[in-house]
Amino acid sequence: MFAIIRDLTRYNIEFAIGCVLVGIITLFALASFFAPVGPTMIYVVPPDMPPSLSYWFGTNSRGQDLFWQLSYAFRNTLTFGVMVAAISRIISITVGLLAGYLGGWVDRVLMFFNDIFVSLPIFPILILVYFVLRSNLDMFTLALIMGCLGWPFDARLIRSVSLGLRHREFTRHATFSGMTPRKIMFEEHLPYVMPIVLATAIANMIWSIGMEVTLAVLGFTNLNIPTVGTTLYWANNHSAMIVGVWWWILIPVILIVTLFIGLFLLTVSLNEYIDPRSRLRRMGGA
Amino acid sequence: MADSTDILTVKGLKAYYRMAYFGIDREVRAVDDITLSIRRNEVYGIAGESSSGKTSLIKVLAAAIRPPLEVVDGALTYRFGDIEIDPYKASSEEVNAIRWKHLSYIMQGSMSVLNPVRRIRHSFSDFAFQPMGVDKKTFWERTRAHLERLNLSPDILRAYPHELSGGMRQRVTIALATVCQPEFIIADEPTTALDVVVQKDVLAMIRDVQRQMGSSVVFVTHDMSVHANIADRIGIVYAGRLVEEGPTRTLFTAPKHPYTAHLVGSLPRIGDTTTKAALEGRPPNLADPPSGCRFHPRCPLAIDKCKTEVPPLETVGQSHRSACWRADEVKPLAPVAGQPAQVTP
Amino acid sequence: MRDYFTFVLKRLLQLAAVVFAGISAAFFITHLSPISPVDMIVNRVAAQSGGDPLAIQDLRDALAALFGTDLPLHEKFLNFWGRFLVGDLGPSLLAFPTPAIDLVMRALPWTVGLLVTSILLSWTIGNILGGLGGYYQNNRFLKAFGVLAMGVQPIPYYIVAFLLVLLFGYFWPVMPISGGFSINVRPGFTFEFIASVIHHSILPAASLVIVGLGISFLGMRAMVSNIVTEDYVTYAELAGVRTERVVFFYVIRNAMVPQLTGLAMALGGIFSGTIITEQVFAYPGLGSLLVNAVNAGDTTLVLAVSSIAVIAVAGAIFVIDLIHPLLDPRVKVK
Ligand SMILES: Nc1ncnc2c1ncn2[C@@H]1O[C@H](COP(=O)(O)OP(=O)(O)O)[C@@H](O)[C@H]1O
Ligand SMILES: [Mg+2]
Repeated sequence: MFAIIRDLTRYNIEFAIGCVLVGIITLFALASFFAPVGPTMIYVVPPDMPPSLSYWFGTNSRGQDLFWQLSYAFRNTLTFGVMVAAISRIISITVGLLAGYLGGWVDRVLMFFNDIFVSLPIFPILILVYFVLRSNLDMFTLALIMGCLGWPFDARLIRSVSLGLRHREFTRHATFSGMTPRKIMFEEHLPYVMPIVLATAIANMIWSIGMEVTLAVLGFTNLNIPTVGTTLYWANNHSAMIVGVWWWILIPVILIVTLFIGLFLLTVSLNEYIDPRSRLRRMGGA
Repeated sequence: MADSTDILTVKGLKAYYRMAYFGIDREVRAVDDITLSIRRNEVYGIAGESSSGKTSLIKVLAAAIRPPLEVVDGALTYRFGDIEIDPYKASSEEVNAIRWKHLSYIMQGSMSVLNPVRRIRHSFSDFAFQPMGVDKKTFWERTRAHLERLNLSPDILRAYPHELSGGMRQRVTIALATVCQPEFIIADEPTTALDVVVQKDVLAMIRDVQRQMGSSVVFVTHDMSVHANIADRIGIVYAGRLVEEGPTRTLFTAPKHPYTAHLVGSLPRIGDTTTKAALEGRPPNLADPPSGCRFHPRCPLAIDKCKTEVPPLETVGQSHRSACWRADEVKPLAPVAGQPAQVTP
Repeated sequence: MRDYFTFVLKRLLQLAAVVFAGISAAFFITHLSPISPVDMIVNRVAAQSGGDPLAIQDLRDALAALFGTDLPLHEKFLNFWGRFLVGDLGPSLLAFPTPAIDLVMRALPWTVGLLVTSILLSWTIGNILGGLGGYYQNNRFLKAFGVLAMGVQPIPYYIVAFLLVLLFGYFWPVMPISGGFSINVRPGFTFEFIASVIHHSILPAASLVIVGLGISFLGMRAMVSNIVTEDYVTYAELAGVRTERVVFFYVIRNAMVPQLTGLAMALGGIFSGTIITEQVFAYPGLGSLLVNAVNAGDTTLVLAVSSIAVIAVAGAIFVIDLIHPLLDPRVKVK
């Protein structure tokens, strides 16, 4: 694992840039632990101040310092993304390895459900869920729901890799030496699918964060929790653009785009590392 | 050495796969210093176990190389009538002008060389119409006549590739490669994926085409019994090098390289129940081949000299060359009564 | 031909099953909502007209009968389907007593028009450029386009739409940024009206096209860079088949098949994209209607929009499925 990351940072410029971008945003989010104000307090600073030396990112119409506000927002948004990724990874690894290694009817049943989940229209479902739960829809519930919806593509990918591993020499050795299927799956096969897990986890974060922003912008989440989405919602709600408080929108948009591009570069470089065909192409293109 | 009857001469040809990825540089020497010539109107067989560089060699001959494979050194010259051309020195227009008309290539894995979403007739018109240089009507007349000559129904022109069996697809590919009556045909393992009966038909077909048109065929397969059936001369490739070359009968009866002796000796024969001693060890890794003679780690006759000095390919008989320090001591593995039993030309 | 007919029939059954399952799911989810439409209307009326308790009780009973709120869930479900099949989805709350289906039908042409145009544009252009980009991997322009598409890809529709509003609405105000047509033209089959509709649709369509173009470009380019290594492409190139022929009839033609399936799978996502786009541009389509319905707690209308959306998306996928065997002879129409 560490060898992979070392190789990537050394030879893959996309990976390095991605690390830097994501790193900056993460540091910014971590700064919220040292924030002088709480995230929900309003009218603590003069409202509508443009970015300046005392307020780096300006202040918003609700009298909040945008620097700290956004720091909280990114902390929540990143936590949310990691939660969804973790939940959906657990499901996709389990389903993928079980289906790939055990095969037979287990595979058929799991892939049947997989196909159903693949075809679910997630965004409308989330809207309906909000319609029912309203402001009870907190971040954790949303993460749980999205985690339970966002696994099927990755499970299929892991399954296909694990199918290939089943016929390899070392699996047969392990089986003959009496290892239990569980041990084989988690000790022998899991390390092989780890790079894929990592790459898909990051892609999954892009997806879930994008979804959260979208829902929040429409006002379909709990609007009292500062996230990137709710920040934009409030900016919109206060007609920030029309009254000229452009930094309230522009700064979060720049930061979130930075995060997206950073994460995206990470998946691209990891995928390239995983896919031997793109490796060949890279050599061929020289 | 260049003979007026030679259609192709190859001198000191080297072609390597060169790769650099995540800091690891690799160089696979798949074609290493090969010199040979192909005559007019002959079937030249190239033999050798899998991964020995056969495909790489003939890709270079067919001017069909893609990165990471590149020609590192050497020269090759085709002579078609009064055209004399080295595809690696000529412009791509010049090379395209000889393709299909003079030089055609049947790729390994012919199962997948036809466009899966278009009918066969499109492949014929795409590939052969321009090189043939006639009007549409004549083109289709000739194509139909050619198919009939090869005992293929012209109806297959309307089929999609997936509607044909493997053997049928292979025959279509051969028909496609020969419809312009080229002087030089390169065929890579055209019979490998087929079952024995179909294999025989396809071989007969290639032989027929070659006789009718008087062209030269370079025929690659790892299967020595197929070579016995079709080749006039055979070149044996081991680990990227040509180790022996000679008329088919000579190689089968009096091989002058221990590797050839092994290949010939391990062919099953009717009435022969002795178990064959398998060659020990694995084929060498071409990224890091053994020093000296590349065969020495597996060779029953190896001496110290073989480990350090590369044996040159030297004439050992009439149009018979071998690269072995102990060529004189090579004995056929089993007492040979004529030729292998399957050989029924 | 008979094979194809049976194939169509089978797909039709599948379509019916998907539509039934989708709408039923939407029914059950929306009926989990604690909001009672009866209470909402009663409160609204009571707030306006003051409270005569008797009159209110009458109203409540009448509404309960109308919405069928007192029935157990399974009877509600059967009722719903019974009325659904004759095209009655119940009265909306948002614009009580206008039938929900009327609101939906009024919004539908806007969304369909926007979607069909932008999908056709982005899919065609994206695939052609992507095909060329995969084949000519060293072309400067196509490479730059790829980098741009990569940059846009991870960004949600909302942000793109928003940037367009900023650029063409505030900084360089040349485009209308809200509504489906100008208020000062009368709807009708006139030149003014049609011009106004087109003018208003440019920005929303552009935001959908920009994202969609990037996605189909990248998908096609990835597909093509795999297909160019296929034997049949290599072989055609070796045989000296003309390059344009190889690009269109060997490479793009083969890549189109999976790209079409990809489009079918992406339709749901694209539809989600319009919800946001319409909201940003206050476009009078299904998306805006859905958002308003959700905010107003209008169960009937939410269900109506969801149902029509299910039918529309499933129907579009059905059509694509029918084209598939015509494009790929290997697909067995059994
Ligand atoms: N695309 C490639 N990249 C790197 N090495 C290759 C490639 N194709 C073949 N090789 C290597 O070149 C050597 C010769 O392969 P090949 O010419 O295909 O042998 P044969 O046709 O005799 O089986 C092998 O060691 C193989 O691993
Ligand atoms: Mg080969």
